[in-house]
Amino acid sequence: MSDAAAPIPPEPAPRAQPAPAGGPHPPAISSAERDELRRQGILLTSLEELYNWGRSNSVWPLQFGLACCAIEMIAASMARFDIARFGSEVFRPSPRQADLLIVSGTVTKKMAPQVVRLWNQMPEPKYCIAMGACAISGGPFKQGYNVLKGIDRFIPVDIYIPGCPPRPEALLHGLIALQKKIRGQTLSGPAAPRHLRAETACTYPVPAFGEHDLLPPKNPAVWQPPSLERTD
Amino acid sequence: METPEQIRDRLLARFPDATVTVVANPGPAAQHSLLVDPARAVEIATFLRDDPALRLDFCSNVTGLDWPEREVVETIRKTVPLSPATGAADASPASPAVESATPIVEEKVKRLQPGYLEVVYHLYSMALKHGPVILRLRTGNRTDQVSLPSLTPVWRSCEFQEREVFDLFGVAFRGHPDLRRILMWDEFRDHPMRKDYAEPDDYEWEPTPHETVLAKARAHYSSPAPDAPAAQSP
Amino acid sequence: MMPEPPLSRDPAPVARTPGGALAPDLPPAGPHLRQVPDSFHGDLLEVSMGPHHPSTHGVFRMVVTLDGETIVKLKPVFGYLHRNHEKLGENTTYLASMPYTDRLDYLNSMTNNWAYALAVEKLAGLTVPERAEYLRIILAELSRLLNHTCLAGFLLHDCGTSGTPLMYAFRERERILDLFESLSGSRMMCNFQRFGGCRTDASPEWLEAARRLVDGYGRFLDEFEALITGNEIVMARLQGSGILRPDLATSAGVTGPMLRASGVNYDLRRVDGYGLYPRCDFRIPLGNHGDTYDRYMIRVLEMRESIKILRQALRDIPAGPVLDPKTKLRGFRPKPGEAYGRIEGPKGEIGFYLVSDGSPNPYRYRVRPPSFINLTILEDLCLGHTVADAVIILGSVDIVLGEVDR
Repeated sequence: MSDAAAPIPPEPAPRAQPAPAGGPHPPAISSAERDELRRQGILLTSLEELYNWGRSNSVWPLQFGLACCAIEMIAASMARFDIARFGSEVFRPSPRQADLLIVSGTVTKKMAPQVVRLWNQMPEPKYCIAMGACAISGGPFKQGYNVLKGIDRFIPVDIYIPGCPPRPEALLHGLIALQKKIRGQTLSGPAAPRHLRAETACTYPVPAFGEHDLLPPKNPAVWQPPSLERTD
Repeated sequence: METPEQIRDRLLARFPDATVTVVANPGPAAQHSLLVDPARAVEIATFLRDDPALRLDFCSNVTGLDWPEREVVETIRKTVPLSPATGAADASPASPAVESATPIVEEKVKRLQPGYLEVVYHLYSMALKHGPVILRLRTGNRTDQVSLPSLTPVWRSCEFQEREVFDLFGVAFRGHPDLRRILMWDEFRDHPMRKDYAEPDDYEWEPTPHETVLAKARAHYSSPAPDAPAAQSP
Repeated sequence: MMPEPPLSRDPAPVARTPGGALAPDLPPAGPHLRQVPDSFHGDLLEVSMGPHHPSTHGVFRMVVTLDGETIVKLKPVFGYLHRNHEKLGENTTYLASMPYTDRLDYLNSMTNNWAYALAVEKLAGLTVPERAEYLRIILAELSRLLNHTCLAGFLLHDCGTSGTPLMYAFRERERILDLFESLSGSRMMCNFQRFGGCRTDASPEWLEAARRLVDGYGRFLDEFEALITGNEIVMARLQGSGILRPDLATSAGVTGPMLRASGVNYDLRRVDGYGLYPRCDFRIPLGNHGDTYDRYMIRVLEMRESIKILRQALRDIPAGPVLDPKTKLRGFRPKPGEAYGRIEGPKGEIGFYLVSDGSPNPYRYRVRPPSFINLTILEDLCLGHTVADAVIILGSVDIVLGEVDR
């Protein structure tokens, strides 16, 4: 590809391990040489970089706000903090058109089935950001009979943003971290993203309302409580 | 505005067979309330709303309270007669001591005061701009006699708030137009704001547990739990 | 009864009589539409709007039963954000509940803090220094400005303006949040009031910055109003929809700008005269019609009155402490008793009912949520309207789910 006006993709992260099996090895060109070529108007990239670059720079979130963090999310999309310059130009009202679920606010047990349903309705590739202490682990309302102790009990979370509420800059930092994560994904092999692996499930089970708690109270395939390891 | 005692007297004059007592509020706020028996509650409420001197047309707040049964220890002072000829033992609680010839024995008697659920209504007047007049209604007990008359036909603002008291405390309101759970889901069984509610056990993982949370999380830890949580970090 | 419609193969669209079965004697909408008798119903459609919906201001759900586009029944469902705030209040000390009150009406944390502090001060018989009272008034009125500005932005977003007025509203909100952040350390969850005063004092520079903001706010309001208030689309959509009668408003316990838009003169800043509001000179705007447009206009007029109050408070604030140094913050045990304290928050009357049994934790901690009680008459307001109007009526009720569900 040689086009002086082509947009310049970001530098790929240097990989210490060898390239995964199944794809051709990338050409052994150093980044200095790559820069020199780019200055001359020649762009050298790999399919993987291009694919990931396109995906990471246009992550469209779902218009989904639960509680106080939602106001900071709205503030992040307003003129002062402007999430649109990072690619999240529109917040889609429909889950079918969204890439990113920002769970902003406390997930209650009454709301948890709806969150999982929305997650199921989003098409792959999809990502989840748990914004705020409540979405990470229940937050200040952890001692609650109606509070789900973290949305990662039912759906897989990619980025956790602590704070109560996190500032809009923290949400932007989390979005940039997600973009970095997307750019670092390889397209084949065991580290490939979910939508390129045949064995991942399409839908996550939706919890039902029980008499005292949700049934099941957590999804063991997604979340296991860490075990404590004593070092002494 | 009239004092609670004056309101009580007028209510008793108007509804002679009702039971209205003034419950004194001991703190500095001095917001005393009227305890009304449930049988005449709707009529009393209608009277309070329409009376030209009170015009309490705004029910601001409906609160549920749970008073579980508790042991009350009362000290009874008994005079013990030295000889049968001097007289019978006087067992009244605050009886003054007879002459020092008869010793006084203090006996602690435990009594089980039955529990009840209570609903408190804060009433104000938008027309006359005064208030609050506080009504209290009590149920018979906390188990089977948990029904109270609904004041929604009198003040529409009680509609959602009584539903919330039903949801969280379990008080059933007779005459409510739509008595269902409002905050919890319909299949939920317990009444969470009661003092004896046991939360579901979902504390599998706590990074820095202590006190009651440590006790809950201990049941789930696979490896030995830390002994002194203040001293070590897990 | 309607006459039988003529049979025809006319492909002109058919319309029910406007208002449906509820108002059959209204004239038909336009000569090219033919009338359909009310006995022709078709099936009713039940739509669940929410809890995930772009317009429901949070996780609020309305189960609407529609006859075509007209609402014939509306049942609100909430509890999707029920975070058992009242149970937490029973398990924490009085002071530790103050950060939780920030999260009730999460747009205005300052007024929630004040209402709780007022209730505890009533319960324990505490007095507040004069400077703290003025500072509380300043922060509460700034909060009111913030809330009403955001409401105007969100209401217009519901009308379909797709975010542009919201951008202007949030621009002003950011200015006020900068003030809050420099004073209390946090943009939204300020946790600023204490029992007997405020947490920290405001520096003279902060007061000067507040004065500059207040002086510039009138100009922003003029700019906003020039675009919005006389706009014919806004008037056509907002006027006449969701009319609330004053007697129904009083009986349903509606408070705040929604009540005053129906013409009932009940503002706690005048009625209760809490804080030092009796020293401030301001008017109470009242509406004539009680429709959505009145609710919007009342909030705009209240913003102008708030600017007046702010100018007076910023001018008159005396020197002195904001918290009595001997105030007991830790180990705070009020005497047994109960108290109900309320203030005029931006959404209505926010009150706290506290029952103390002498221990460090309250025995009963109850929040009187204005948004929850203002929703009592949502069905009455929306009957007979279209779904699009229901969205705007809900927007004008001004709910925040943190307060509705606690």
